[in-house]
Amino acid sequence: MKILKFITAGSVDDGKSTLIGRLLYDTDSILDDQLEAIKKANRKNNDGTVDLAILTDGLKAEREQGITIDVAYKYFQTENRKFIIADAPGHIQYTRNMITGASNSDLIIILVDARKGVIEQTKRHSFLAKLLALKKVLICINKMDMVDYSQEVFETIKADYQVLAERLELKDVDFMPVSALKGDNIVNSSAHFDWYDGPSLLSYLETVEFDEVDDQAWRLPVQWVVRPQTDELHDYRGYAGRVVGNGLKVGDEVVILPSSVKSKIKRIELAGVDLEKAEDGQSVIVHLTDHVDISRGDTIVAAHDAGLVERNVEANICWFDNKALDTNQIYLFQNFGRTTKVKINEIIHKVDINNQEYKYGEPIALNDIGRVQIKAADDLSFDLYQDHQATGRGIIIDPRTNLTVAAVMIESVA
Amino acid sequence: MDYLDQLEAESIYILREVAGQFENPALLFSGGKDSITLVHLALKAFRPGKFPFPLVHIDTGHNFPETIAYRDWLIDQIGEKLIVGYVQDSIDAGKVVEQKGKNASRNALQTVTLLDTIAENGFDACIGGARRDEEKARAKERVFSVRDEFGQWDPKRQRPELWNIFNGKINKGENVRVFPISNWTELDVWNYIKRENIQLPSIYFSHEREVITRNGQLMAAAPFLNIDEEDVIETKSVRFRTVGDMTCTAAVDSEATALDDIIAEIKASTVSERGARMDDKVSEAAMEDRKKQGYF
Repeated sequence: MKILKFITAGSVDDGKSTLIGRLLYDTDSILDDQLEAIKKANRKNNDGTVDLAILTDGLKAEREQGITIDVAYKYFQTENRKFIIADAPGHIQYTRNMITGASNSDLIIILVDARKGVIEQTKRHSFLAKLLALKKVLICINKMDMVDYSQEVFETIKADYQVLAERLELKDVDFMPVSALKGDNIVNSSAHFDWYDGPSLLSYLETVEFDEVDDQAWRLPVQWVVRPQTDELHDYRGYAGRVVGNGLKVGDEVVILPSSVKSKIKRIELAGVDLEKAEDGQSVIVHLTDHVDISRGDTIVAAHDAGLVERNVEANICWFDNKALDTNQIYLFQNFGRTTKVKINEIIHKVDINNQEYKYGEPIALNDIGRVQIKAADDLSFDLYQDHQATGRGIIIDPRTNLTVAAVMIESVA
Repeated sequence: MDYLDQLEAESIYILREVAGQFENPALLFSGGKDSITLVHLALKAFRPGKFPFPLVHIDTGHNFPETIAYRDWLIDQIGEKLIVGYVQDSIDAGKVVEQKGKNASRNALQTVTLLDTIAENGFDACIGGARRDEEKARAKERVFSVRDEFGQWDPKRQRPELWNIFNGKINKGENVRVFPISNWTELDVWNYIKRENIQLPSIYFSHEREVITRNGQLMAAAPFLNIDEEDVIETKSVRFRTVGDMTCTAAVDSEATALDDIIAEIKASTVSERGARMDDKVSEAAMEDRKKQGYF
């Protein structure tokens, strides 16, 4: 059983929190005392049923305003899978929170109101899904009860969306009719959709699989050097990190970046147990055949596919800070354990996230997305985001405030 | 990798990030199952080396004796450093005033002792066993959660936390609370404890105990509960599902003596884990309010 991480997106009134509440409620993931607290809070829908949205609005300010401000993570489990939901706000002023949630998800559910169809917000969220290269998009056409469960409405919206998906080059898109409020097609299929023969939302989530990228060469960003320095383990020197990609095994020829020193894998340990090979995502300790100088921030990579070492890159960035991007300022770029001084010395273009048009000569400010050129003070070791997501991304930190001011996806060498 | 392997690998990764990013971190140890799980994960992250941090226990003075015995046993087993901050010291120094009345608890006072202990030792990061599934305010918290120099959490100004890249950069006086098991649920923790054969304090398992019923909850009949003639002391088979101190942690009726029984009990339960915490019942936003003050 693997974990599925997904995010739900939609505008304030699309019933996103209701959908999550419904999933939790109908899978018995909400317990009596939590339900009691909801009833006590006395938030009702117009038809008198309990407002399930309150389950995900964890902050006082959110409950007061009836909107989601920050990402909330919710958990539920069935016989078949463990699920982690990032419930993110849909409003444009919280784009940064949505990107945060999406960055930790494999799949995005975009809710579309059956009465409104594809709107600006749908386009924006779809663009973000493309930008972050999420593995799958599920379009849930919601509030079908308000349009008499009409197949025609569903098909029209689906066709509209397919035009958008084609323009954005979104490859893996599925469609589904639901009513989160009424519980139609959420856990069980609904008699109201006699024209729909696909799975319910839950059975879709339980069975959805992604294309595994198994030709991805492994990388091991070193987080920590384990050196017991005791009498019996005097020469023990292990490099601890979480494996990215596949194929790491004992005997592999390796290169240490950015120094480009060569060595070989002598031993792989997983919590004290020796392994012949390690897989993607495992937190291991490796030993090398040679005594080489390695510290946190270095990356051990497969010699046959070592990735890139450069100082100038082009990247897509999402800006999160109230202070706009300053092309004269020094920022810090952090990717897997390495922090490097950088300048974002050129804004190539900005993207209007509502219609995806490029804009030139404009500043990049809060919630903006754009293409920039980054110049680093030292060598960066990385991959391109489209090739290896885990090593093709990073964050920008403003050293004056220490805040995370941008997400970075490296698109090319400049 | 199955889902427990995935959770474990992520938590070890986070623990190593703490080691790599901070000068002087600490692991907050309560003696509860979540912080015991953290210690187990730290063993996996850093052995055969030593932990790059001490364990810190905030002792309210109202702990279950079993918890303290377990703590001392564990420290002896793993040979790591333990620092204890005493709420009694904060009371004696006049920094906090003990609550009055029948339901008085030191739960709120321990925040002051915690913040003092952090300040005295100059900890820049404190690792805790909080999980997002526990409570709705915790569902909003980052893995690396920055606290200002007053120890406060500002839920509206949290840093975006992207992918698995954690920004541990802080300004002077600030510190970071780190939650490596954010993505675990109560059931995940129990399944993991079973798989890894982790030893727990005996109070998690069914035992005979003198209890009183207060506000609809079964409380251990401890001297700090201000027991008077209205309270009826009974002996029951109970266990504790969550372990705070004796004034705020309620027992549940249970015959579960083995991990399998406990897992079956949790799966069948219709009440959440924190349903047995009096400290959460103060108001709708009890946890959010306490977190803003510096609580976990």
